[in-house]
Amino acid sequence: MSGSMERLVPLWFTIGLFAVWEATCRLLDVDPFILPAPSEVLAALVQYWRPVLRHSLVTLWTTMVGFGLAVAFGIVLGLIVGWSRTIYRGIYPVMIGFNTIPKVAVVPILVIWFGIGEVPAILTAFLISFFPIVVNVATGLATMEPELEDVLRALGARKLDIMLKVGIPRALPYLFGSLKVAITLAFVGSVVSETIAANAGIGFLMAQAGSNFQMPLVFAGLMALAVEGIAMYALFALVERRMTRWAFRSSTSAAA
Amino acid sequence: MTAFVDIDGVTLTYRGASGDVTALRGTSLAVGRGEFTAVVGPSGCGKSTLMRLVTGLVRPTEGRVSLDGAAVDGPVKIAGMAFQNPNLLPWRTVTDNVLLPLEIVEPYRRRFRAEKKQYKERAEALLATVGLAGFGDRFPWELSGGMQQRASLCRALIHEPELLMLDEPFAALDAFTREELWCVLRDLWERIGFTVVLVTHDLREAAFLADTIHVMSARPGRIVTTRQVELPRPRDLEVCFEPAFVDLIHELRGRIAEMRAA
Repeated sequence: MSGSMERLVPLWFTIGLFAVWEATCRLLDVDPFILPAPSEVLAALVQYWRPVLRHSLVTLWTTMVGFGLAVAFGIVLGLIVGWSRTIYRGIYPVMIGFNTIPKVAVVPILVIWFGIGEVPAILTAFLISFFPIVVNVATGLATMEPELEDVLRALGARKLDIMLKVGIPRALPYLFGSLKVAITLAFVGSVVSETIAANAGIGFLMAQAGSNFQMPLVFAGLMALAVEGIAMYALFALVERRMTRWAFRSSTSAAA
Repeated sequence: MTAFVDIDGVTLTYRGASGDVTALRGTSLAVGRGEFTAVVGPSGCGKSTLMRLVTGLVRPTEGRVSLDGAAVDGPVKIAGMAFQNPNLLPWRTVTDNVLLPLEIVEPYRRRFRAEKKQYKERAEALLATVGLAGFGDRFPWELSGGMQQRASLCRALIHEPELLMLDEPFAALDAFTREELWCVLRDLWERIGFTVVLVTHDLREAAFLADTIHVMSARPGRIVTTRQVELPRPRDLEVCFEPAFVDLIHELRGRIAEMRAA
């Protein structure tokens, strides 16, 4: 298969998936209230493009704010956790426990604290997405080669020198790798919160449409979410490749 | 001659979850200034521990270690180290890898920003002496294993350390590359005149390069034999095929075999 054909495979696959969906709905005569066909979803998208766009932008905004907080907090906590084994051992069980709590269970608490609106969505996005960032940054620091640390310590390097010269550059590929995961989780967080307690955002739109029995619009909301999620994932995958090109090339060096 | 590196009756015990491990017991070793010393022995005999002791990365449980007349009670700051794995930083070019010690060791550290250009030239000159002229702007992954190890040697030497500690630096290389690098190390040592402690399990390597060879016993390690290498310098690779060289290897090998049988 030629290179250009291979690049188009994802596109063909997606089109094929929609075609199968459409055909199934038509052949089996599925009630649009159960599962609308893609053509009906598209029609809803065209008809309601204004509200869909507006709510999409709200979701994008809350997600990005929550994600931004998660990146800042995740890097700081990751550096602290990766800095010393003692802190690592102390904090890890707590973090695992925290990460295990389904974030949907936290939303009602956030609503009591901050009221219905954007703040719980932002915080839910933050809470759900900081964990992979912390774990990855800490892993990048903690898996530094002991021999390399010996080389630097034998030169009289302090812990801070070792972190700045080796630890942090070495943790960057781990960080950028985790951003791809974290951004998709952040979408999950904000939409979960919007579905339960919000007056704007795609989650809110879908909840409203669902209670009005407008299933095509519910699916249009899902489509909008998928598009946003893919776009953000692609953006951070690109950032990752740009920022840490060496990590994709080296196989025999320090970070192998 | 007073010893430059003096290890006196050192015992080192690591505390582990599954009981304590004694890596060295009652080891004594002296290295003169400018001497090329090799330490050979079976794997797991605490050779690497010896390196960490001399550079102050671990403290002895008993006995004392001193370097240049001063007791070692913390990382020593005058040592360069190289290991079996070149451990180059893949996000830095070869030259920037070599410059790393200058960003850490005083007085270079203070002047680094101001004199970066001179330091770069110095790194490139050093790279040229090990046959890496023109490779300074490459990244480590673009280099072969032998070339990476050459760069690693340069990194260990750029700050002109008085002591070079080598832990099986050539063990992962093929035989031809290894012999090439023996000559590279020999030339650097003859030109600059630092003190070397080379830990290896390759008897030919030890005999070709060193003035003195110490043979260590299996764990807990201690020095069982010390042998001067009388071969005249400068040595070239042909020396490896002379009877005196072969006899020396044979003798050392016999000692190690005896020890393993015991």
